[in-house]
Amino acid sequence: MNYLTAKKGFKSWLFTLDHKRIGLMYLVAVLSFFFLGGVFALLVRAELWTPAGDMFTADMYNKFFTLHGAIMVFLFIIPSVPASLGNFLIPLMIGAKDVAFPRLNLLSWYIYVLGALFFFYTLLFGSLDTGWTFYTPYSSQTGTSVISATLGAFILGFSSILTGVNFIVTIHKMRAPGLTWGRLPLLIWALYATAVIQVLATPVLAITLLLLVVERAFGIGFFDSTIGGDPVLFQHFFWFYSHPAVYIMILPGFGIISELITVHARKRIFGYNAIAASSVAIAVIGFLVWGHHMFVSGQSSFASMVFSFLTFAVAVPTAIKVFSWVATLYRGSIAFTAPMLYALAFIFLFSIGGLTGIFLGAIAVDVHLHDTYFVVAHFHYVMMGGTVIAFIGGIHHWWPKLFGRMYNEGWARLGCFLIFIGFNLTFFSQFVMGSRGMPRRYHSYVPEYAIWHQLSTIGSLVLGLGLVLTLVYLLHSLFWGKRAPHNPWGGESLEWQAATPPIEFNFTKQPVVTSGPYDFPEIEQDRS
Amino acid sequence: MSRRYPPLAHHFLSLGQQYSAAKLGMWLFLAQEVLFFSGLFMAYAAFRYFYPETFLAAHEHLNVTLGATNTIVLLTSSLTMALAVRAAQLGQNKQLLINLALTFLFATTFLVIKYFEYSHKIHLGLLPGKFYSAHEHIPGQPALFFGLYFVMTGLHGLHVLVGMGVIAWIFIRGLNREFGPEYNTPVEIVGLYWHLVDVIWIFLFPLLYLVK
Amino acid sequence: MLGLGSFWLPVDASSTTQYVDHLFNFIFLLCTLFFILIVFVTVLFAFKYRRKSASQRTSPISGNHKLELIWSVIPGVLLVIIFAWGFRDYMSLRVPPRDALEIRVTGVKWAWSFTYPVDGIVTTDLVVPEGRPVKLIMVSQDVLHSFFVPAFRIKQDVVPHRYSVVWFEATKTGNYNIFCTEYCGTGHSQMLSQVKVLSGSDYQDWIDRGGEEAGSAGRSSVDVGKHLYKKQACYTCHSIDGTSGVGPTFQGLYGSKEKLESGDEILVDDNFIRKSIIDPGADVTEGFPPVMPTYKGRLNDKQITALIDYLKSIGTDKVKN
Repeated sequence: MNYLTAKKGFKSWLFTLDHKRIGLMYLVAVLSFFFLGGVFALLVRAELWTPAGDMFTADMYNKFFTLHGAIMVFLFIIPSVPASLGNFLIPLMIGAKDVAFPRLNLLSWYIYVLGALFFFYTLLFGSLDTGWTFYTPYSSQTGTSVISATLGAFILGFSSILTGVNFIVTIHKMRAPGLTWGRLPLLIWALYATAVIQVLATPVLAITLLLLVVERAFGIGFFDSTIGGDPVLFQHFFWFYSHPAVYIMILPGFGIISELITVHARKRIFGYNAIAASSVAIAVIGFLVWGHHMFVSGQSSFASMVFSFLTFAVAVPTAIKVFSWVATLYRGSIAFTAPMLYALAFIFLFSIGGLTGIFLGAIAVDVHLHDTYFVVAHFHYVMMGGTVIAFIGGIHHWWPKLFGRMYNEGWARLGCFLIFIGFNLTFFSQFVMGSRGMPRRYHSYVPEYAIWHQLSTIGSLVLGLGLVLTLVYLLHSLFWGKRAPHNPWGGESLEWQAATPPIEFNFTKQPVVTSGPYDFPEIEQDRS
Repeated sequence: MSRRYPPLAHHFLSLGQQYSAAKLGMWLFLAQEVLFFSGLFMAYAAFRYFYPETFLAAHEHLNVTLGATNTIVLLTSSLTMALAVRAAQLGQNKQLLINLALTFLFATTFLVIKYFEYSHKIHLGLLPGKFYSAHEHIPGQPALFFGLYFVMTGLHGLHVLVGMGVIAWIFIRGLNREFGPEYNTPVEIVGLYWHLVDVIWIFLFPLLYLVK
Repeated sequence: MLGLGSFWLPVDASSTTQYVDHLFNFIFLLCTLFFILIVFVTVLFAFKYRRKSASQRTSPISGNHKLELIWSVIPGVLLVIIFAWGFRDYMSLRVPPRDALEIRVTGVKWAWSFTYPVDGIVTTDLVVPEGRPVKLIMVSQDVLHSFFVPAFRIKQDVVPHRYSVVWFEATKTGNYNIFCTEYCGTGHSQMLSQVKVLSGSDYQDWIDRGGEEAGSAGRSSVDVGKHLYKKQACYTCHSIDGTSGVGPTFQGLYGSKEKLESGDEILVDDNFIRKSIIDPGADVTEGFPPVMPTYKGRLNDKQITALIDYLKSIGTDKVKN
């Protein structure tokens, strides 16, 4: 009897308090929105095949890129890893029966669904053309359905806050005997740091969006310069959340990579303390760098200086993580399984994403690159090359635990290869056209950028193909895949001690922890 | 004494663990409330910096007497809430119910006074944004000041309303004699929430009513 | 166009590019170096320590403080250097020289206009002399815009009710793209203009001609109007083929009777068109949103007359025949 079969019927899912089932429901939901956001991305890329705006009207195009961004950010990537894999894994990895507040957990899911309904309403009635950033005064003037979209994002924010509260309490209070902070798997550290940001940054987004709603509904004027308000103030408010939100998106990815590399290389992580501490450092400093989105907005030079400095300060802990992952491979026993391939792809892609951030942090260079495709490429390398690659890698790593089935390794490797090639083709060309001056959010463009746009569009098709292939063989494995052994990769953290798939309350008897999460049997005895 | 809910949920190992989890969760929730309001305080700081003369002149149109009365009402309600928590811990159910009822009553008083303040402002046209239609001359951008006034006190009022809801909820549970020395977590976390609502008002009152 | 500039950066046509390009190249070099290092070591380890047997032993190493210190401090120092360099050059980009030529810039959905300190010169392309610093004082009439000239590496947001400043000193004659880089709605990607860099003497001639393009003397008023229709981006809202856009089509408009939001009917004549350009909110045609910005100060009398003549040329009389 596992958690999938313990209770039967539709209702047993809708009213479940089991963190594993809630995690699965999130997984289905976020992947559906990933698909929808991806469709909009392909429509955008299709329009940009030629310089002229000839496939869709400008208004349609503006809606497409807005919906792509808003869906990907609010409905997919922010909840992606924490709400799905995090929900499933946190109690299992810390040896608990469930999260601290199971009913709150289910409530978060329903709040998420409610927020999603607001987005569906927006999609069907009036749509949205503000860009996902909702900049005023455009967003307070446009005729599209801004109120329903902002309310949707507002509601999704509360789902995120409640999930964060739940995780922090769970990690603090529900750990198994012997599971000290120094023995926590690094994914847990990363999700902990993420949850802190979710709890502390999201309310500021909530108030910002609320102010935007009253601005539109009642003309309250906080962001309207005709009655003394300040449209740039909105940007400060918005980025105070939305920059830390970037770390909500990437930190869980870091956590997953630490797990994948150690397990598939049979090695202890190199510099456990440094990696755990850098997650927390990134979470803290990440609150103080929002102004680097505003170097050309007219904010004071002094403010720009401070924000630029802090931006570089955040780069150091990030660099430490990358170096530590590479060093972990040293003298390991590296298996080229699909999860490991994704981890290696992550190191490659995230390095590009991180290093190109240095260009954007240097104020003078940012003046040229701001709001060009260079920025678009940079954050796709971080968000998709980083988080999404880690997410897909994580899904492959824990797939056997989730469903008790193995997928086909050959297809998985091919999928990973296609995604890697397609991704680089799509976004590397965007670096080139961006630094050559191609502005973002353009429906039509001057012909000198055509070749880069065409490479990018071809890449997006390859990328799309790779993702669809991945979806197909994963779904196939649910029905026809081999039964998964109890611990296919030989993981040492607690989730691998649970049955496959786990039973309803995770463990038959309370686990007790006596060693670190990466103490694999293959490791030679310390001679010292 | 029969209880409808078993006090120890299935996924906790002990009552102590369950209690400390609930309390930590509430503190985190309060932290996000503080951040929520901090956004408004930042907006307040920015606009006060832009238009100091407006804030100085516009605050004269707020009724300090009513504001101060409301401050005292809320402070007293915090006291009765604290007494209710104490009563629950000691198992004095009657005391608990009396103090909860008093807290609820004070909260109602607060909102009634707020209602009179609001209707007076509406009558004078001292309203946010495009609804501003007052005849008095206030320099700068008074519509922004009253925008802040209504949004900040309005959101606070909403929190008072929610507070009344949860106080009513634990009052009903108190009627069923669900709380005692060994189980009183709901009373305690509602208490925490209520103190936060109080503290926010302690900041709002001087910032809006006592600018000078 | 690919031959111009380096592979990564567009052509270089202003003194301000030095503040961006040197640092860009430095960071590029550094990042390439680090990237190659990371990938090389990863591939090396992945190959060398690939699993050859299931029972392969692995090293117990779990850290090395010396190494961790080195790879924290070295990037840290390099980043501080990049920060300081970036800030220094940013200040150079921000502060215009004192003797700069001042030109006022207005951004509006979806066109730029440039007002010269010399009476009556208002243009849709920015015409500047080579080798002289130019300071742009910019403001928006509606939403946020951003003024970007890739060849000069300058960019600055243009905000309503607030002036922002940007400067450059063109070093090569020629035409360079101006892009709007802050998303501003339907016509965002059409909000294009050009910087025309003339030699000092050509610029003086241009000023002396009152801002008319060389060879434009003797152009008919209708042609000037047609040109303005394009340059002022009238076409983003008003079609000339009869299709209805954000605003009424210009085809057959002149000489027709239009129903107004107020319920009145009005004859579209010279005066109505003039009024609609200067004060668009006064009489709005029924069924269209009152969103047109004023062109007061952005078009001079001669230009307004030219636009009227152009509308006349595609008005009711002409369409019928």
